Amino acid sequence: MSRSFSFITFSVFLALIMALMPLPFSLEPFRPDWVLLVLMYWSIALPHRVNIGWAWCTGLIMDLAVGSPLGINSLTYSVCIYITVSNFQKLRNFSLWQQAMLIGLFLALYHLLQFWLNHFLLDIYFNPAYLWPALIGMLCWPWIFLLLRKYRRHFRIR
Amino acid sequence: MNLLFGRSISLQLRLTVAVVLSIVLIIGDRYTSGGTFVRTTLNTLVSPVLYAANIPYELFNVGAQSLHTRDRLLDENEVLRAKQLLQSEQLQQYQFLLKENNELRALLGASARQSHNRQIAQVLSVRSNRYNHQVVINKGTIDGVSEGQAVIDELGLVGQLTHVGTTTSRVLLMTDTTHATPVRILRNDVSMVVEGIGKINLVQLAHVSHSLDIRIGDILVTSGLGSRFPEGYPVAVVTEIDRDEGLPFAKVYAEPIAQLDRIRLLVILGENSIEVSDEP
Repeated sequence: MSRSFSFITFSVFLALIMALMPLPFSLEPFRPDWVLLVLMYWSIALPHRVNIGWAWCTGLIMDLAVGSPLGINSLTYSVCIYITVSNFQKLRNFSLWQQAMLIGLFLALYHLLQFWLNHFLLDIYFNPAYLWPALIGMLCWPWIFLLLRKYRRHFRIR
Repeated sequence: MNLLFGRSISLQLRLTVAVVLSIVLIIGDRYTSGGTFVRTTLNTLVSPVLYAANIPYELFNVGAQSLHTRDRLLDENEVLRAKQLLQSEQLQQYQFLLKENNELRALLGASARQSHNRQIAQVLSVRSNRYNHQVVINKGTIDGVSEGQAVIDELGLVGQLTHVGTTTSRVLLMTDTTHATPVRILRNDVSMVVEGIGKINLVQLAHVSHSLDIRIGDILVTSGLGSRFPEGYPVAVVTEIDRDEGLPFAKVYAEPIAQLDRIRLLVILGENSIEVSDEP
């Protein structure tokens, strides 16, 4: 039990590092939401283990790490993971590309929610470029899925 | 494998608790100051992650530096030496002027100018929330910095410290939409307020009346009002004035003097301390 917990933590930690790593200025708007993608994978693969509690705590860490108003990422992560966890059986039955499409939709929802909360707190205006990471995340999903499945099977994480 | 059935807490309940907790956090974050013990502790918790995320960039930097050719280093050394010579000449004048200024102020009975202790900080290249303009630096409470201190670079004002942790803190840039800086025009001492509008190379002046004497190219320096930013540091240069009589105020835009998009080394200005007037 604690063994698989530490494996999951390690993957989320790696995703966190990738989400914070500096990128060239021109690539910055296209960075996919690594942490949320990894959390979504675990919530579909092991819904009894990774669900809203994980999402909330990881979201809080993300808030602190990127310096956004506290609670915004925890709220949006919780909502997204709620959607994936409550539909994990349906999601598992879709083909990889269909899954990617749905994940893209969830990511778009995540970005809209985040924009809306930030708009409420910080007085910013919508820019369609805010949705690029959702598209890139959608394209990344199959590879993340396959990679993490291999990781999960190799270390028998349950 | 145990599935969702037969679990103690339902998903809906978990979501409700998570949402309520988040909203409490958001409201709490909004209406409390950032210097509290809880906030410092939380910021300290994520500091290792920030340092870890900075490692690839540092390695790249070290690699690039060790590949510099000898000639290039010598050239750079030459340029820096010349610059240092010029600056030390100016500094000699400065000491003299400082003394003279203090004497004149003493004659006038005005209070002595204040000096600050300074600290050099390095920017960690870590991504930040894209709706804010802020950067992370490698100084925290352990180095004696505290929230609200002014931060400058070699050219001008950069912003102020927020979210101070033990070993890292964040600098809110003056171009952020939540930031305002009290300034005055260097040419005629009219004071006003500069507000960030979320663009890295543009700030706006608030409430400028149509008849105000302001021209393109005017330099704005901190006015020291509000006692958050020490007086006299360059902030921005006026670049655009739109005196549309149909609007209640003139629209005046300025460009920050500090190179906010490529900051690497910063200076944190310390708490004010009255300068000893009989300094040599």
